Amino acid sequence: MLSRTASALYWLGRYVERADFIARLVEATVRLDALSARPAGEAAWQSALAVTYTDEAFAATGQAMTQANVARFLTLDASHPGSIVRCLELARNNARAVRTALTRDAWTAINRAWWLFQSRTSTGGATQTLNLVEQVKGETRGFEGSIHRMMRNEATWLIQLGAAVERADNTARLVDVKYHLLLPKGERVGGAVDRDQWTTILQTVSAVTAYRWLYSEGLRPSNVIDLLINRFELPRSLAACVEEAVGLLSQLAKRTGLQGEADRMARARMARMQKTQTSQVIVSGLHEYLKAFISENAMLDAAIARQFRFI
Amino acid sequence: MATRGAFDEIWGEGGPDTPRPEFAALSKWVADTPVTELQRRQQSAEAAFRQLGITFAVYGDSDAAERIIPFDIVPRVFLQSEWTRLCAGLVQRVEAINAFLEDIYGERRILKEGLIPPELIYRNEQFRPEVAGIRPPHGVWAHICGIDLVRTGPDEFFVLEDNARTPSGVSYMLENREAMIRLCPELFRDFRVAPVDSYPDMLLETMRSVAPGNNPKPVCVVLTPGHFNSAYYEHSFLADSMGVELVEAADLVVDDDVVWVQTIAGRVKVDVIYRRIDDDYLDPLTFRADSMLGVPGLIAAYRAGNVALINAPGNGIADDKAIYSYMPEIVRFYSGEEVKLPNVETFRCREPQMLQYVLDNLEKLVVKLVDGSGGYGMLVGPTATKAQISDFRAALIAEPHRYIAQPTLALSTVPTMAESGLAPRHVDFRPFVLTGSKGVNVVPGGLTRVALREGSLVVNSSQGGGTKDSFVLLDDNVPEVAQSQSQSQSQ
Repeated sequence: MLSRTASALYWLGRYVERADFIARLVEATVRLDALSARPAGEAAWQSALAVTYTDEAFAATGQAMTQANVARFLTLDASHPGSIVRCLELARNNARAVRTALTRDAWTAINRAWWLFQSRTSTGGATQTLNLVEQVKGETRGFEGSIHRMMRNEATWLIQLGAAVERADNTARLVDVKYHLLLPKGERVGGAVDRDQWTTILQTVSAVTAYRWLYSEGLRPSNVIDLLINRFELPRSLAACVEEAVGLLSQLAKRTGLQGEADRMARARMARMQKTQTSQVIVSGLHEYLKAFISENAMLDAAIARQFRFI
Repeated sequence: MATRGAFDEIWGEGGPDTPRPEFAALSKWVADTPVTELQRRQQSAEAAFRQLGITFAVYGDSDAAERIIPFDIVPRVFLQSEWTRLCAGLVQRVEAINAFLEDIYGERRILKEGLIPPELIYRNEQFRPEVAGIRPPHGVWAHICGIDLVRTGPDEFFVLEDNARTPSGVSYMLENREAMIRLCPELFRDFRVAPVDSYPDMLLETMRSVAPGNNPKPVCVVLTPGHFNSAYYEHSFLADSMGVELVEAADLVVDDDVVWVQTIAGRVKVDVIYRRIDDDYLDPLTFRADSMLGVPGLIAAYRAGNVALINAPGNGIADDKAIYSYMPEIVRFYSGEEVKLPNVETFRCREPQMLQYVLDNLEKLVVKLVDGSGGYGMLVGPTATKAQISDFRAALIAEPHRYIAQPTLALSTVPTMAESGLAPRHVDFRPFVLTGSKGVNVVPGGLTRVALREGSLVVNSSQGGGTKDSFVLLDDNVPEVAQSQSQSQSQ
């Protein structure tokens, strides 16, 4: 496989996953803002920007911090490099550059997603915004489905590897949202708003049911953190993403004979995670833990690029 | 130009009620299928093209960065006898083009014999002294030719243009057929249409046959300028259907006159490159130094005989419009035969007498830049404004050698979906001729381009033309001999 192809496939996986995550984040924020008994309002939208590290970019647009403005910024704003529409465009550019490595299904799935959002300029109200993100999630699911029908070879694994690395990053940022999202004055930890916030985070990763299955007690923040960080059963947990990356890297090694720093880093990381106690993470600082995880994730990304000679 | 009176490929000269006898059944299919049904199928094909990304970019048109080429549902048809005759002419012509290129970059007998004025070669921007003296592997220059044809009557086919550089459009030939099979399966049940889907295999075989040395498993690649190129879809489609890598310049590196492709497992030697990059941009060390699309050292590797380039650099001299007018002489010179597919009558403005005739008859003629393409820089006299005519008059007087002129022909028409229903529209035709070390092949079909505006003669996709599938109907009593195979021309 061409080095350029490998790089484009990996980034295709990352960008599709990122588009999906932003959609989920917007969905969660709309709910947080509107559906909770005590609307979190502006703070919810502020946190959505903080999680994606785009608060400064949004401030630079000079727009007011309203649902309509932030939702549009995160979804349809073509001038914002982190918007869904731009993620889909970058995904499509990568897919186009390597379309010979994709099946027709996979290519048309991503091309269709891109076309769908090309002509959209307005998100509309909350309901329309939810419809829009629902569509994005549908399209990215369609793409994922097509990937699972491709030949089981380097092309597929590289896309999945990109998705796994991106997903780990996204979940870490999502859990970190609680650090950025301060409780309103007078609200106590464990109170109604606090619970709403944690529930919304679970909803974002489609894990409300999983939570009930795995923890017999009611909603407790430490359990939510445990689920999202440490439980291998949950596909979006940090542990599951790390494990998936290890598996994909060893499949790639078996097929291509390329093994190295990326494999060692990923395996060491998985071994560490297996020993991680959630209670310790919380005691020593969740925010610091997540920050370290995100920067380690970036190092793994760089090691992958070196190992597969990305150009 | 009036459409009425032009020869219609299906309806003949009499209109829908009296089709050509051979196409009565097809005409009946057209008449019996409700227009709304045809429209529905056509829209469905276009939606599929959009979704597949079968698009092209229009240069200088940023609003519509990506368009699909309109697709018309009514096929254009050839009888097998017509096709067999065309093929003979195509093979003859392409063999002459190859012989001409070999000669021009070699001994130059044709100049020594005085058949072509030498300055027409030496002062031609398409002539590449950089490749003179190089003999491409197996002596093949124009591996893939797209010969543009027009028709004016039952037996009157003319060559409008020879494309011997990087002719495009073959993906439309294949995709249009896919669309037709899906949308009009009854046509393929009722008529024996020669299949075109062997093209990618034939192309790969052609590529392999010209690999340097005796490598039984040569590495073949398609080289694209990248996904912003207007024909990128075709590049990826061809690589995909041949099962070879689609590479960009950044993927290739030349080391010690050997071309390598960079893969995740390291370098792999490349033997054959179907390049879709123009000569100018192919190698910054040989041609344009500012090219970011090319591969430094590629021409040195080619000169050393380590790689085959498809098509060979320097081919532009053979399809240049100034040389075109000499093609009948060129065919006679190398084959000893009369040309089987004649040219459209062409006036060379560089010759004073012809220039005078052109200036006196501008409103009847089509005037073209010899180095123009895509419908740009041309005057269509009968539909031009007074101002356009006087602009061209001035340009012709200032630089006559840059122009040729041709009479406007009554191009044949094919029934085509118009807003008000089916109506005749003018078409041209581009078959694709493949030359490898073992001979010349033509897939039975090609790209039919159709001018969608009533009366218009301009079929270029960049000027709003569309495409149609092109059927070659096999005779029932004749075994499938749709391909024409010439004698081996490898030496």
